[in-house]
Amino acid sequence: MRFWVSAGLVFSLAVIAAAILKNEYYFFAGYTVLTYVVLATAWNILGGYAGYVNFGTPAFFGLGAYAAAVLFKATEAPLLFQIIAAAAMSGLLGFAAGLLTLRLRGIFFAIATIALVVIMETLFINWRYAGGATGLQLLRPAPVAPFESYIKMLFVVMALIAVASVAIARYIETSWIGRGLRAIRDSEEAAECSGVPTLKLKVFACSISGALMGAAGAPMPMYLSFIEPASTFNLNYAIGALASPMIGGMTHYIGPVIGAILLSTIQQVVTVTISGEMNVLVVGVLLVVFVVAAPEGILGLFRKKFSAGRK
Amino acid sequence: MSALLKIRGVSKHFGGFAALTEVSIEIAGGERFGLIGPNGSGKTTLINCVAGSLRNDAGSIVFDGEEVSRLPAYQRTRRGIARSFQIPRPFASMSVLENLMVPLEYVAHRGLVVTRKTEAGAQDEAMAILRDIGLADKAATPSNRLSQVELRKLELARAMAARPRLLISDEAMAGLSSNEVSEVLEILFKLNRTGITIIMIEHIMQAVMKFSQRVVCLDAGQIICEGAPAAIVANVDVQRAYLGA
Repeated sequence: MRFWVSAGLVFSLAVIAAAILKNEYYFFAGYTVLTYVVLATAWNILGGYAGYVNFGTPAFFGLGAYAAAVLFKATEAPLLFQIIAAAAMSGLLGFAAGLLTLRLRGIFFAIATIALVVIMETLFINWRYAGGATGLQLLRPAPVAPFESYIKMLFVVMALIAVASVAIARYIETSWIGRGLRAIRDSEEAAECSGVPTLKLKVFACSISGALMGAAGAPMPMYLSFIEPASTFNLNYAIGALASPMIGGMTHYIGPVIGAILLSTIQQVVTVTISGEMNVLVVGVLLVVFVVAAPEGILGLFRKKFSAGRK
Repeated sequence: MSALLKIRGVSKHFGGFAALTEVSIEIAGGERFGLIGPNGSGKTTLINCVAGSLRNDAGSIVFDGEEVSRLPAYQRTRRGIARSFQIPRPFASMSVLENLMVPLEYVAHRGLVVTRKTEAGAQDEAMAILRDIGLADKAATPSNRLSQVELRKLELARAMAARPRLLISDEAMAGLSSNEVSEVLEILFKLNRTGITIIMIEHIMQAVMKFSQRVVCLDAGQIICEGAPAAIVANVDVQRAYLGA
């Protein structure tokens, strides 16, 4: 109950901000922060709970973005349908990636997911209809009724996707599915011998994780009015999606949210005040600091403090 | 008495190495069965084939009248084959109680929607098993803080939480003190009295001989001897396999 109240509160805050604030830049930046909240939450379902490290975030994110762009170019379908199509396509890719876990564990799975990014990028560079290497210019339609600007509308839509993602991650974490995924992470063989259908669960986690990443990518072409392969399949998405849960904490659904808000807000500030190149350095430095000083992330630090306080 | 587990002509190769060659064993319901053999003789490979961690190359494994040798391991667990691991594999991020909740939620209390009531039922059952095994006071302890003997008990408790009809105990006593060995032995006797068939793989001869009604000795992937414990100890082939010619 408390979760839904806070989720509703956060979402209402986003709507109120969209109604009051005039400066569009806040929404431009806020949209990016929310995108990373979705990506980090989605990544954590597979990487944090099940322990399968996925470097392929850009493949799922990018496929979602392109699915939306191509659908829009072909049919001028409204945003909602673009998002559904994107989630479906990336979910399918996740299903395929899930089957890879049948043979690939640990580092080998991680390497295979990098290959996924390369394959996707090559595919879209060579697809003339989707704009090829030069990209695709897209004309934004008018914003839907209560919104006066398209960016504000996308900001609210992304806030909705973020709340939905966290709710899904929370459900998985607190249900028997989450317990099964944690068992897989601790010992896959012991999990299987305890009656956990490991392959089914991994494929499920991969598909859900992929679909959410795809949904995060769907509004991107409209956000930029443009899409092209190099920036869409950029590995920085993989690093952000992986660094946020590591910084925030991977054992609780709120960890990736904290990590993503912290990390990408700092990145946005650095991009504006220092330079666009510096923001990548921020991720690297923060990641090294946290891996060394707080391997369980910000949540781990708090938990330590609490249990020390009780003694 | 009809057999609960029928292993017929099971072979397993790893590349050019024959780990098991045409092994056939029948185990009756309620039996206490001992499986011995020197290191590398194929004991663990055999039970991996029975429990589903490995697929046998040839032969059949029939459990309770059903061919199971092509089923994934989790399906076999759901049908009533549970095992403990030689080197304990606890779910290290979970408490002792949660370790038992995994098989409870995936085997006995399975359901798409879990209500408070079913979860409470599963927890009660987990606590009952922990009391039986003597781990009740450790229920909330993280499983990575257990001692060696507690880990072995947890292995057995987790296997029991799957409500098995056949329990395979893979060297549950290796490396324990003699007091601890009798403690674990007592647990296995107790489980057997409730009707569970038990296959014990063990190097500690005293324990196997005391526990088993029937013993099979494997050497180099083949059965070299089968019979009552006393006969096994006296057998020349067994002595040669263990002590060398």
